[in-house]
Amino acid sequence: MAQAERPGLRGKASQVLDELHNSQVWRAIFRPGSIFRRGYADSPRNRAYVVMNSLLYHLHPVKVKRHGIKLSYTLCLGGLSFFLFILLTITGIYLMFFYRPAVSEVYSDMQRIHTQVSFGLLVRNLHRWGAHLMVISVFLHMARVFYTGAYKPPREFNWIVGVILFLLTLLLAFTGYLLPWDQLAVWAIAVASGMMENSPIVGKQVQFALLGGPVIGPETLLRWYTLHVLMLPFVIVIFISIHFWRVRKDGGISGPM
Amino acid sequence: MPTPDEIYEQVLADETAKGSSPAVAQSRAKAARVRAQKGAADPTKAVAAKPAGGSATATEDKPADAKPAAAAAPAAGATAKPAAAKPAARGGGAPAKKAVGNGAAVPERVQRLLAVVKPEAIQKIERQPMDRVNVWPHLMAAELVALLVVMVALTFFSVVVDAPLRQLANFNQTPNPSKAPWYFLGLQELLRYWHPQVAGVTIPTVIIIGLFAAPFIDRNPSTRPDDRKLAIVLFSFFVLSFAILNIIGMFFRGPGFNFVFPWEGGIFFEL
Repeated sequence: MAQAERPGLRGKASQVLDELHNSQVWRAIFRPGSIFRRGYADSPRNRAYVVMNSLLYHLHPVKVKRHGIKLSYTLCLGGLSFFLFILLTITGIYLMFFYRPAVSEVYSDMQRIHTQVSFGLLVRNLHRWGAHLMVISVFLHMARVFYTGAYKPPREFNWIVGVILFLLTLLLAFTGYLLPWDQLAVWAIAVASGMMENSPIVGKQVQFALLGGPVIGPETLLRWYTLHVLMLPFVIVIFISIHFWRVRKDGGISGPM
Repeated sequence: MPTPDEIYEQVLADETAKGSSPAVAQSRAKAARVRAQKGAADPTKAVAAKPAGGSATATEDKPADAKPAAAAAPAAGATAKPAAAKPAARGGGAPAKKAVGNGAAVPERVQRLLAVVKPEAIQKIERQPMDRVNVWPHLMAAELVALLVVMVALTFFSVVVDAPLRQLANFNQTPNPSKAPWYFLGLQELLRYWHPQVAGVTIPTVIIIGLFAAPFIDRNPSTRPDDRKLAIVLFSFFVLSFAILNIIGMFFRGPGFNFVFPWEGGIFFEL
């Protein structure tokens, strides 16, 4: 009898959880409709609140056209491109802790990332393969948008922003390609930047500005590092924001066809 | 003559008998009581409020107000019509006759002509009824699955395959072959055939400008694949030709960037 009245371990735990969920701190953090709030019920109102009351989720509208959630329409390519960008940012920041963009240090830093840094090789692999995958997914996203005719009015401007994003993705991948400073990286960049040289009028000047000299050298490494970790991400975040904002302003997902 | 409270009870009973929900029945009964109280204060209105024999329901009086209103403002026909139609629909068919008969007893209302609106000026907003679903959980669950699938696949691939790291960069020793990053290999392939001005400058510029201008070149408003065969063929040609050029550059080019079959000469390519 006495045992039944005393709350067991499980009862105590649920009591503590209850108090936590009822506490002012908890309710201050999780806004109404949050699935972490006490008494979340699966109602239309709460379904709307989940989206509206979250900074990240409210990139989405509360409702979308039913055909838009079909996997075969978007193949999730835009969202996956964004996810890969986030993944590349996180892995990139981790790599920055161990990487010095100076010619005398860079290669030994790369070797240290491979051999000594915890998860260094795995994180570098994720960063590299993720980057290739992002180039592919952004391109396929563009192809999907073309094939569904989603660039047509009123979405012309967002198509332009998308093309800019595609070019920025290529530039990010390209600038990152040099950073390992091994034979593969340096000569690939040498070949590709050799194409630039042929541009009329400004070709030589642009190449000089980008390489920090007539040929690839220590200045190139620092320049491309700064472009890769700071300037291009800064620019691409601005364009990603415009891109997402315009998706909503132009009436949500396109179609149905 | 029944007292207001009796009317309340009667209407409540009628409504309940008709099968109205308790809330609706109560509110109709209350409305009838209020009207009866007002009618007691002003005998001319009492005639209008009480005329129906048997079951005088609250809703039956509404059309009596609305009908003359419509009659008084014939010029504003477009706006007055819905006002008349709505209570009639609510009250059922029966009250219309009574409203005409007792027209004179209806409390007088001052009707003002606010505006005459030409029918062409009335905008009809036709919003296509669209089947919509909640983003949470329908879309977000799918996105989470897609994210996890890609994350797992990428992690698995990263565990199994290591990113390449060759020798330290040496500017005195050109590797053979030297290849651009894979997404530029199509252009490098074109450089084999054409002058650098064409393959390295003109073609990329034309592609970029073409992509930017696509929505302005393609003026066809339809998004149905059947209606836009030319656009689809052109874009597919562009995608395929660059895919093929890239694949040739990746796998079919060996030392000296000469043609080689990967199953004979090996693969000279690293991602």
